[in-house]
Amino acid sequence: MKKRVVITGLGVVSPNGVGIPKFTESIKNGVSGIRFIPELCNLNFSCQLGAMPIISEEKKREYLSELQLRNFNSSGILYGIIAGMDALKDAKLEPAKSNVEPLWDLGIIFGSGTSGVEKFREAIYRIDDKNVRRLGSNSVAQTMTSGVSAYLGGLIGAGNIVTANSSACATGTEALLMGYDHIANGKATYMLCGSTSDSGPYIWGGFDAMKVTTYKHNDSPEKVAGPMSADASGFVPGSGAGAYLLESLESAQKRGATIYAEVLGGAINNGGQRGGGSMTAPNSLAIQKCIKEALKASNISASEIDYINGHLTATIKDPDEIENWSIALDRKGEDFPYINSLKGMVGHCLAASGSIEIVSAILQLHEGFVFPNVNCENLHPKITTLISSEKISMKLLKSSLQTIAKASFGFGDVNACAIFKKI
Amino acid sequence: MTSEEIFSLLEPIIKTYLPEDVSAKEINRDSDLTRELNINSAHLVDIILDIEDVFNIEFKNDDMESLRNVNDAILLIQQKISA
Repeated sequence: MKKRVVITGLGVVSPNGVGIPKFTESIKNGVSGIRFIPELCNLNFSCQLGAMPIISEEKKREYLSELQLRNFNSSGILYGIIAGMDALKDAKLEPAKSNVEPLWDLGIIFGSGTSGVEKFREAIYRIDDKNVRRLGSNSVAQTMTSGVSAYLGGLIGAGNIVTANSSACATGTEALLMGYDHIANGKATYMLCGSTSDSGPYIWGGFDAMKVTTYKHNDSPEKVAGPMSADASGFVPGSGAGAYLLESLESAQKRGATIYAEVLGGAINNGGQRGGGSMTAPNSLAIQKCIKEALKASNISASEIDYINGHLTATIKDPDEIENWSIALDRKGEDFPYINSLKGMVGHCLAASGSIEIVSAILQLHEGFVFPNVNCENLHPKITTLISSEKISMKLLKSSLQTIAKASFGFGDVNACAIFKKI
Repeated sequence: MTSEEIFSLLEPIIKTYLPEDVSAKEINRDSDLTRELNINSAHLVDIILDIEDVFNIEFKNDDMESLRNVNDAILLIQQKISA
């Protein structure tokens, strides 16, 4: 008998709000975190817009000691630490005291795309300068993929599995489902899951070179054509972290924890880079199969889905995604659930996109609202032939959501879909 | 440079790497850096780099092997400065 799994804590470091209260206010009001970044302009980027969380020096010191911050240069690890520790605190759980046994029942699966790219740059310059001995002791910890989970593991004293998954833009959703499995199968009581992504030119450059970011709005960051818009011309690169504390239902009930939602289940698959799928494009059949399998694993019917938190990146693939949802759920027009995309406000936060968006989805389910889609007044004509434009609200809606779906898709043809229910 | 002068420059370097539950008052000439002051052994390389910057000297791999306590560091620094 599988254990039921619930979410009892949330944390977020988003370009439009650090911390749950600020982030909640921002998504309700359609506040954008997209800005013109002078550094990208100086470096001749095509897209000179970016979305990054703002973290003060004082804020850093709430989470890390002066010693830990010495030669610290990994924005992704910093974001992950803040989001992860906030989720733990939100769940009213305490780190293990020093000199006692670790928390054997608490594990961490916290993913990233690449870690500490700024720190890696420092190291590469020193190594090429024949000065490898000057790297110091913390180059490895900040550049290893598992850096973020390792830092969190030490701050918390986690004694169960502590690892970092990596599946491009599906990383955060995959982390949630891996943590879910671990608790459902009785291997842990608590799993801190989430994902993070570094900020800046060294992480965003490759996407700029691929021309998947938009170059059309450098002078109007507040008006970037958003996901599902007919004018969408590519995404704005973003960064940040999202985190959720998963817990067995029985443990949450026993200690009287606030339950944001139940994780009913989900599915992870791959399009095999076949049938239209490639390193960079999704195989539509695989996406449909992933969504259907998520419903089946959650033991619900497609008609129960009230709301979808889309992957929807503001590229030419948005109409295809809507079509895939419509086929997988066998719902269209007025019968289609509400759908929105956070990327209009925070850009595409890459490895962190899934986790920041899951936090936004859980907040909507818990509080009963649907946040506005921004800058997509001119909806893509293919989308409006598939689903009613009323399902793509441009305004904040109050709606007592019961069952919702979140999917993320990423390079490597990876897909992940999770289903949540109010409890 | 006298050993007192070296110690006065060395103390703030070591202090940076002390765990939160160890007071700077516990730093004396005989303090073992990892066993008594409880400094994470990974930080010994950082202490070496900081010493190099402050005293404008350079250590070799085998110098580090003889570094156990504060006195060892003072002796090493004196050797390097006078070399």
